[in-house]
Amino acid sequence: MSCYLTTGNHMLFYASFGTVLLLLAVTAPAALLFGFGGALAVRSRLAGLRLFGRVYTSMVRGVPDIIFFLFVPIAMDQGFEWLRSRVYCDPSVPVRQGNEFIVCAAAKLPLSTSPEWVHQAYGLFLAVIAFAVVFGAFAANVLHGAMRAVPQAQLETAEAYGMTPRQVSRRILIPQMWTYALPGLANLWMILIKATPLLFVLGVEDIVYWARELGSAKTSAYSYPHPDWRLYYFLGVLAFYLLMTWGSERVFDRIRTRLSRGQATAAGEAMRKAAP
Amino acid sequence: MKKLMLAAAALALTAGMGMAQTVRIATEGAYPPYNLINDQGQVAGFEVDLGNELCKRAELQCTWVKNDWDSIIPNLVSSNYDAIMAAMSINEERKQVIAFTENYLPPAPSSYVALDEAADLESGIVAVQTGTVQASHVASTQATMLEYPNIDQVFAAVRNGEADAAFGDHEVMRPFVEDSDDLIFVGEQVRLDEGIGIGVRQSDNELRERFNAAIGAMKQDGSLNALITKYFGEEAQTHE
Repeated sequence: MSCYLTTGNHMLFYASFGTVLLLLAVTAPAALLFGFGGALAVRSRLAGLRLFGRVYTSMVRGVPDIIFFLFVPIAMDQGFEWLRSRVYCDPSVPVRQGNEFIVCAAAKLPLSTSPEWVHQAYGLFLAVIAFAVVFGAFAANVLHGAMRAVPQAQLETAEAYGMTPRQVSRRILIPQMWTYALPGLANLWMILIKATPLLFVLGVEDIVYWARELGSAKTSAYSYPHPDWRLYYFLGVLAFYLLMTWGSERVFDRIRTRLSRGQATAAGEAMRKAAP
Repeated sequence: MKKLMLAAAALALTAGMGMAQTVRIATEGAYPPYNLINDQGQVAGFEVDLGNELCKRAELQCTWVKNDWDSIIPNLVSSNYDAIMAAMSINEERKQVIAFTENYLPPAPSSYVALDEAADLESGIVAVQTGTVQASHVASTQATMLEYPNIDQVFAAVRNGEADAAFGDHEVMRPFVEDSDDLIFVGEQVRLDEGIGIGVRQSDNELRERFNAAIGAMKQDGSLNALITKYFGEEAQTHE
């Protein structure tokens, strides 16, 4: 049994938990950054930027995730390779030949000579961008809503004190909006955790891929033949996801308490009254 | 200055040509004994052994890539890798999109598998792996077809009663049937394809020729037949 659970492919299964955690750790801040940019663009006084923000948030939210996940990485990959092919290859050769997309060997990304981990890291990088674009659009909407929820009177008071719009944003608006944004962002984080199995669509081997691969019935061509064990592997994966969401709930509860302190919201008011 | 740059460019180009070519070969890794993921988490099986030998003979540097069956042709066409060795049968439909080397496995039979001798193969429900030659065959019969992404799920469908029978490559189904106490072969075997070959891009003539030469050499000296017997047993079809 212990031999079976420590085979090379089980080790890769355990490592794939790390892949998922890494993706979450990188994607969450990246998506927040995209969301922040989107929210500021929607609020911008420049009509062009406002239009861009609106198009970004409504278009990405309207397109089914899976289509986006298939489109963004492939489009980006081919875009990068096309750009490189203009520099490194003979530009008179078209990249599209019939149904084939071909660039010369020097323009490949990653180069076909590079080791396997580079290919995997590149795949993960494309995945992070795709996740960040999609979840950034949702985050932009949440943050935009939160910015509008900050009492207008406070912003006007700040202006009356002679602060510039930039100072109002930085000192009053942004510090106060988090308490309004938190429920929405917490929601997004939960959805992001659950969306990580989409990684497999992008060719990154995540825990769901390995659970399926290891659990599927093995014939005598393998060293450890066994019938269909996917149920047990998927139960393990289920436990992981439940643990992740349960843990995040607790963290968010603490953050919520921290952010409500001194706020003019029902939660903040309740805290003030409860204090001795 | 201009001359210097031209010379540098020419040098860079020729240097690139002299470099050992790295060929990335894609396989599914879920189709034993053709290709599978072994306990070390690496691709193995008949095709991996054969592919490595062919690359050695053709003086190519080869690396293996795992790719889902569904997207294995689109990813070849968009140059994510250079060749496919994934038990891909040569047929007219695929030849429209990609090119094949000569076959390294002779045309193999396909078989029906069911739980019950009396399973209705003509008008019942038949499970297949999507995008296979077997799927095209079932589509042309009166049977209702259910498609699954990999062979394991095809058997699961038969076991839990979603399908009356499964239809697939005989050599892939044989170990599953032999290892189980419920599945049996039923009906007649069907011959569908022109054998199994390496899939390459249609524009990639050089690579196809090099593989063809290596496959030809292995057919000549009998090493290909030896490899087939090693993986598929004594009864397996070999090259004449």
